Amino acid sequence: MSANNQSQCQSLLVFLSDFVDGTLSEELCQEIKSHAAECEHCRIVVDTLRKTISLYHECADEPAEIPGEVRSQLFKTLNLQDYLEPNEGDR
Amino acid sequence: MSESKSEISIEALRLGDRREFARLVDAYSGPLYRLALKMLGNATDAEDALQNTFLKAFQHVNTFEGRSSLSTWLYRIASNEALMLLRKRRPESTFSDMSTEDENDRNFDPVQFTDWCCLPEEELLSAEARNALDRAVEHLPETLRIVFVLRDIEDLSILETSQVLGLSETAVKTRLLRARLRLREELSSYYSDRLNKRSKE
Repeated sequence: MSANNQSQCQSLLVFLSDFVDGTLSEELCQEIKSHAAECEHCRIVVDTLRKTISLYHECADEPAEIPGEVRSQLFKTLNLQDYLEPNEGDR
Repeated sequence: MSESKSEISIEALRLGDRREFARLVDAYSGPLYRLALKMLGNATDAEDALQNTFLKAFQHVNTFEGRSSLSTWLYRIASNEALMLLRKRRPESTFSDMSTEDENDRNFDPVQFTDWCCLPEEELLSAEARNALDRAVEHLPETLRIVFVLRDIEDLSILETSQVLGLSETAVKTRLLRARLRLREELSSYYSDRLNKRSKE
């Protein structure tokens, strides 16, 4: 962000989430793209923000499972032991 | 949350069908446990939050009106449980600090400008990097953390996140942006160090 275009950097910052999610209007997308083509700092912010989100998405794509002992304890607390069938992963 | 979970019968739950409750627990405990773990940062508290979530769901299933999905309803109970545990843990004096920080836009201006996207995938997602990703989430103020976890980890839409938290969609978007910018800063700091180390190796 250079001193001259710092106000533009700041005014575009609020749109970055929508930009990265692909939910921003075409007009504003173009504005961000042309600004980032000239402003190295903003280009880096956009690229690293996109990468940050994609890294979390990649981790979240892995199945969310609870450890076997947590599951057993949960069923016990909820008084559901009679229905505690083995998980697919435990078979 | 996805696939067969829509097959859970609300009617059977209302009638107290225990087998259906067990199916509900198996269908939703994975994502709800992950939410609690990301919010609370430790397995014991996450387990407590998970148990309380299902206990409350069982107690109040008759009040579930079906205006939101079952998944949104469970996420709402789990989010409240996690936030309640966090508030119990926190000393009173930090309340005002957190809200002030949350409201000041300038705290979210980018200050790290290293381009670390070029790091290889095995470096970006190494065991150490995954710890750094988790730590960065833990460092978020809880009002931002819950929005980020619901939207970017649990993959809820902006609308669903707003329904879970009882916030406007605009408020969700603002908090999501702040959370993401904050995480980018912290990850930039971590990956810059990795870049420096690689250039010296």
